[in-house]
Amino acid sequence: MPANAFNNFTDYGIGIGLRVPHYDHILSKKPTVDWFEIISENFMCDGGRPLKVLDQILEQYRVVQHGVSMYFGSSEKLNREHLKKLKRLVKRTNTPWLSDHLCWGSVDGTYTHDLLPMPYTFAAAKVTAQRIREARDFLEVPICVENVSSYAEFHVSEMTEWEFLNEVVERADCGILLDVNNIYVSSKNHSFNPFDYVNGIPANRVAQIHIAGHSKFQKHILDTHDHPVIDPVWKLYERAIQRTGKTATLLEWDDRIPTFNEVHDEALKANQFIKRLENTIIKA
Amino acid sequence: MAAAVMRPLARGDKMQIKWIDGRPTKVVINQFIKPNDRMNSFERLEIYNRQYWFRIRQCFYEDYPGLRAILGDKRFERLADAYLARYPSQSFTLRNLGSRLVKFIEDEPRWVSPHNQLALDMARLEWAHTEAFDNEARPPLKTDNLIGLDAAKICLQLQPHFTLLELKNKIDDFLIELKKNSGLRSEASNAMEQNCRHKKMSRAHGLKRRANFLAVHRYQDLVYYKQLEPGQFRLLSALHNGATLEKACAELAGLKIPGNLGESIQKWFSSWAALGWFCSLESSRGKPQIKKEKI
Repeated sequence: MPANAFNNFTDYGIGIGLRVPHYDHILSKKPTVDWFEIISENFMCDGGRPLKVLDQILEQYRVVQHGVSMYFGSSEKLNREHLKKLKRLVKRTNTPWLSDHLCWGSVDGTYTHDLLPMPYTFAAAKVTAQRIREARDFLEVPICVENVSSYAEFHVSEMTEWEFLNEVVERADCGILLDVNNIYVSSKNHSFNPFDYVNGIPANRVAQIHIAGHSKFQKHILDTHDHPVIDPVWKLYERAIQRTGKTATLLEWDDRIPTFNEVHDEALKANQFIKRLENTIIKA
Repeated sequence: MAAAVMRPLARGDKMQIKWIDGRPTKVVINQFIKPNDRMNSFERLEIYNRQYWFRIRQCFYEDYPGLRAILGDKRFERLADAYLARYPSQSFTLRNLGSRLVKFIEDEPRWVSPHNQLALDMARLEWAHTEAFDNEARPPLKTDNLIGLDAAKICLQLQPHFTLLELKNKIDDFLIELKKNSGLRSEASNAMEQNCRHKKMSRAHGLKRRANFLAVHRYQDLVYYKQLEPGQFRLLSALHNGATLEKACAELAGLKIPGNLGESIQKWFSSWAALGWFCSLESSRGKPQIKKEKI
């Protein structure tokens, strides 16, 4: 599939999240990694060790920013001070794109620090898209929105989650960070077919894919990022790249973090699906 | 929904069954959350309510190991819940979660009684540590910049990562020891916590009650707690409050300082400048006398 304005990073390969327990290993051993994803908020400070480590990483590696607090789905105005800090970091990292979540999480200046699900309504899509456009115009970097995992649904929703995602990204004219683990988690919690989701999104807008592990409970699944990726999620990943073509892929592992090599090896399992895809294309 | 998510948990970390106005919570939540074939509306929203508290408690535990050691786990949990309910986060980053804790303890000392002063001291030191860790470091002032300037007119500014503390208890060595044995605070991520895990921490025993003057600062990316003599503290406090160099030095009158006062002051400034504590020089009217140097 040819690259386009959004799916434009086909050669980025397989990245992993930059996490504190791996700092020493990365800085001392300098392992070969295609790229690192950083949580923007961890580096939106004014000085100290976080920025020093980041600068050392930037000397050696490509870095992409991923945020957890833009809350595109909140109804209040975008916080200018927050945007200014984020823009300073964007200039520092030279991130080729910036992602955050299709969710809300703050009300009247109070933050839940959670990624809360949205009501899937046309009105919400319109407001959300407007905020994404404003953020992109200010930050001057392409923005991708990530689908979140969720545990609750609203009576007022007027469409499926993937229809809502489509509505938002078309209105905002932005990219998608497709999290196939989140799709799997939500499909179990809300009883839908996850392949309907993967097949229902505009493949040409997918700039990046997230893979991760989760935890299963009796009545629901939690998105814990503390396990390897399970086979059904890999199957969703395979289907996603069949639609999007080779796409920048990242493994998230945020809790009970194992060694750097274990995390990296888990991420590199994605290569077998990419190779299978390339072989299929060559045969065809 | 936000009100339900952020509402304090009931016993056993469950969502409260009564809503703020006395109605059953499930009746309120049924109005906007759909049930599914396994969970009712209440149970589905309860996941978010629990996760909210697990996340912010976890962060608080990691940021305040000293306070936790003073109070013990159970009392610390009660303080954390009361504080976080009174002052929910107003920042995009969890780093600022404890920014109003000192004020809270001053206003509502019952949560730390009978360790009032000890807990207050520790809360101040741990917040100063947070500030020192990643606040801005401006280009430091060199001692050469001071040569030939009129001490009656100049004001020295301290680094944004620098905090002066006058404590009533000797707690800095204890906190250093605790921090050696505990990891860094978890980073922000969008992952859910499965539960509130935290290590058992030894209680604080034998902390000495005595006046303790500290400068909490960052040097070469590490946070330090530097002991100050009373005269040093008084001088730095005066500078921090905007006094001119001359007026700040006059604050030392009446204090017993061993040796020659002039030589002592010169040595102090030389040491402080080497640590990069001063970042700019202003006239007594607040306008810069010289340009900041980039180093």
